[in-house]
Amino acid sequence: MDKLLKLLKENARLSVEEMAVLCDRTPEKIAEQIDELTAKKILLGYRAVIDWEKAGSEKVTSIIEVKISPKRDFGFDEFAAAVARFPEVQRVYLMSGGYDIMLEILADSFRDVAMFVAKRLAPMDSVLSTATHFVLRTYKDNGVIMGDERTDERGFSL
Amino acid sequence: MIDYSRVLNDTVVGIKPSGIRKFFDIARTLDGCISLGVGEPDFVTPWAIREAGIVSLERGRTWYTGNSGLEPLRKSVCGYLKRRFDMNYEPDSVVITVGGSEAIDLCVRAVINSGDEVIIPMPCYVAYDPIVRLCGGVTVPVVTKAENGFRITGDELRAAITDRTKLLVLPFPNNPTGAVMRREHLEELAEVLRDTNILVLSDEIYAELTYGGERHVSPASISDDMYARTVIVNGFSKAFAMTGWRLGYCCGPDEIVRQMLKIHQFAIMCAPTTSQYAAIAAMESCDGEVEKMVEEYAMRRRLMVDGFNRMGLTCADPNGAFYVFPSIESTGLTADEFCEKLLYAQRVAVVPGTAFGDCGEGHIRASYAQSVGQLSEALRRIEKFVKELKS
Repeated sequence: MDKLLKLLKENARLSVEEMAVLCDRTPEKIAEQIDELTAKKILLGYRAVIDWEKAGSEKVTSIIEVKISPKRDFGFDEFAAAVARFPEVQRVYLMSGGYDIMLEILADSFRDVAMFVAKRLAPMDSVLSTATHFVLRTYKDNGVIMGDERTDERGFSL
Repeated sequence: MIDYSRVLNDTVVGIKPSGIRKFFDIARTLDGCISLGVGEPDFVTPWAIREAGIVSLERGRTWYTGNSGLEPLRKSVCGYLKRRFDMNYEPDSVVITVGGSEAIDLCVRAVINSGDEVIIPMPCYVAYDPIVRLCGGVTVPVVTKAENGFRITGDELRAAITDRTKLLVLPFPNNPTGAVMRREHLEELAEVLRDTNILVLSDEIYAELTYGGERHVSPASISDDMYARTVIVNGFSKAFAMTGWRLGYCCGPDEIVRQMLKIHQFAIMCAPTTSQYAAIAAMESCDGEVEKMVEEYAMRRRLMVDGFNRMGLTCADPNGAFYVFPSIESTGLTADEFCEKLLYAQRVAVVPGTAFGDCGEGHIRASYAQSVGQLSEALRRIEKFVKELKS
């Protein structure tokens, strides 16, 4: 199971047959395991890793630190679940250290980020303060190095 | 003007340069080419080893070492051989060399007189025959067969032995076939060799890279008689992904190793010092790293064997090294034609079996020292190529 997850994490586009050979299982067994992992909500999705800069997109990524004051019926989990529903929010983490929740936002423009903070996030009841950091450039995302143009330097050898 | 043809050594001039140069030159000019022609790991040397090399430089360890290599390294090599392969050697029987390649050269040079015969199972790594010829020796090829798992059998060995036989090369796990010799196969050879004066050069550079649960067995560990007649050659390149460090070693009977050391002493002086310090870390603390790499190779190997068989190119399960050696006979092309056409049509570089001896005709060698993504794409391209050939 771990091997299968590791393979999928590295390359989700392998066919069931290829994964079967790599894991030394039958394709039926692999298909069954994938179904099981999906049903158990361990496998949650397959997404492409995109170099937005290269794609010519003006999209803006920002990291927002949020300090909150948990309420009796609205603690960290409830707050996180609420912000996670905003479509521009890509990641939500509960953090140790100087703030409580970290959000990663992907928006179409700086203005959209500003509007998100001003209109959606800051007015929420539990929010004490926010600090917004704009990502200037992405060097690595999801284990993939952006614009990595290293070529295979190895020659033929016998 | 100087006439170079009168200056050069006839034997050297008579040696053919490696046949794959032409493919390499073509491959380099093609964008998006996937090379399965490489004979070295795609992994970077494990960090602990690189760090040990860096630390040795920081401490200014930039001098020559003793001719036979650093004593702590030779001790670690002995500890490693005991731990991993249950072999008993003393540091004094070990010489640290510039890659396994130098160790092969030393061994052949130390024992071969003009006219002596060297039995070499083929197809095999390309260096043995030229070295034998440079020493004035004669290569006696024994063509290994796919139906024997590309192993040399006792009968084949017996048939190849003459009064001039001096040396038997045992290149297992084998490049390019991936064949391994199990204990029972080695015992069969040991029986033939008993009461002869034939030395064994066991090239064990791929010893760590065996699959299917069974560890490599060295001919030196078969019996006292075999121990006394075997020089083992090994190195750090393949198992520890250290090709560029150029470091290997040999060990064997004192009487032989002492003579090999003389050649090393005068030709090389000592192996690179930084590499030697780094190699101590490889011997002492990298078993886990090696196992991780082997596990990865094992997975890729299954992908390759399955892929080639699926497209109708019969491919036996190799038990060692990181190559598959499928048959391309069903395409009707020679190995050379197959490789050249594939390279231009689909931009995948593989090596014709003939690079490893004429008996390699009808086969190609594909290395799986590449990422799964690259291998899977390469297999798709080869399949397309084969389909188009048949239509």
